[in-house]
Amino acid sequence: MTTAAQPPFPTPAVPAVAVPVLPLATKLRIAVRLFAIQASWNYEVLMGSGIAFCVEPALRLLPGGQGGEAYRAALARQAQYFNAHPYLASIAVGALARAELEQQPPARIERFRTALCGPLGSVGDRLVWVGLLPTASWLALALFGLGVGPLGCVLAFLVLYNTAHVALRLWGLERGWRAGLAVAQSLAHPLLRKGPTRLARAGTFLSGVAVPLAIARLVGDSRAASAIAVAVAAGGAGVLVLLHGRVEGWRIALVVALAALAFLLVRHA
Amino acid sequence: MIVELAVLAMLGAICGLDVVSFPQAALSRPLVACTLAGALVGDATAGLVTGAVLELIASETLPFGASRYPEWGSASVAAGAAAAAGARAGALPLALCVAVPLGLALAALGGLTMVKLREWNARLAAQRLDALARGSARTVMGLQVAGATADLARAGTLALVGSAIALPLARWLAVQQEPHASWVVPVLAGLGGAVAGGAAWKMYHSTPRTQPWGLAGLAVGLVLVFLLAR
Repeated sequence: MTTAAQPPFPTPAVPAVAVPVLPLATKLRIAVRLFAIQASWNYEVLMGSGIAFCVEPALRLLPGGQGGEAYRAALARQAQYFNAHPYLASIAVGALARAELEQQPPARIERFRTALCGPLGSVGDRLVWVGLLPTASWLALALFGLGVGPLGCVLAFLVLYNTAHVALRLWGLERGWRAGLAVAQSLAHPLLRKGPTRLARAGTFLSGVAVPLAIARLVGDSRAASAIAVAVAAGGAGVLVLLHGRVEGWRIALVVALAALAFLLVRHA
Repeated sequence: MIVELAVLAMLGAICGLDVVSFPQAALSRPLVACTLAGALVGDATAGLVTGAVLELIASETLPFGASRYPEWGSASVAAGAAAAAGARAGALPLALCVAVPLGLALAALGGLTMVKLREWNARLAAQRLDALARGSARTVMGLQVAGATADLARAGTLALVGSAIALPLARWLAVQQEPHASWVVPVLAGLGGAVAGGAAWKMYHSTPRTQPWGLAGLAVGLVLVFLLAR
């Protein structure tokens, strides 16, 4: 690990201290491992072993190297219970890697680790699962409704979603590494503070466009049939809203669809 | 048939792995997985149509951390393949009558198997807590590889079994003479739209000032439907 005299770009939200430089090969190893951070997700340590798996390449730079005393102590710390959104966990990975390489006191690292779980989970859920994913999905469904073919719909969805997804993981890693234990300030970054609300508004608009369009394409060219299907969907959605929390729509859909299949099988068997 | 099923099992394994383990790149979303499976069987458009119905329904189930949700990846592969197989054999609407319910049922089953996998991963981790506390890199790596491999096998098996049931059934039903076939797609579209509409309200109603955006979107959507329909 070397120390750069000046950070390569200004980071106003982070105290102006020299940021250590992580070797490119180590950074790449961590970045690739981030995509498998949940490979062993479980009810015992949740994402804990995934965090250790991602931080491990950086820990090899500790005094004593891979397998040394400092390396093993740090890896043991990082394998403990941890939970966060899988994409924003990259912020934790970057910050924890730097804290370990700076050989911060273990108790401080453990407190920091515990404090990160909640915010990275809730912000990530709102930004990605309620924001990005449905927005990309509504957009693809709107394109489907407008008559776009299989390749166009799939590519539009995957390119939009994964451009943001990969950028978020890499941004988080860089942000976490640059800020280290001061990364809490990064949680006030406009992307994380305003992003969920803006994505929710875009998602709301796109859902309004996409649902009737998708229904109309599924039903076909008939204006009357489309109108009936859209009205049925609106009524059904209203009932689901009224039943909010008491029943899940996909389970009702499963029962109705299975009943329709059973009806056809009995008729033709 | 065996080669077709083997290829679908591989695609299902990849899409199922994508849900949680690796790389979480949304390959497992019904719109993507159904279309890919449809393309493999020879009718990408049939896969896309199935994917659109399931995507509308899947919008209600978001993959929040430890919550339990349907596993759409491997299920969508079987569903998209069934729709494409049926469409090539006869009529898409009747094939959808097999693809959509079996896709939903497999997604529910897949969700249960994911819970079992997480419990198995937990047992594996619990047995190795001492090694983790000693800072064993081999144990950390072993847990990741074991979890991902088991997930791959889980999803592949689901897609294989689902496709083995759904494809012949869809091919058989699609060639039947069915006077009520015309109501199948409107019913499925209405169902999907209802679930998606309810999901959109659930997702966004708590965010301030989203209602005008939703109403504006709905107005644009309805105008486009009116203009595009004959």
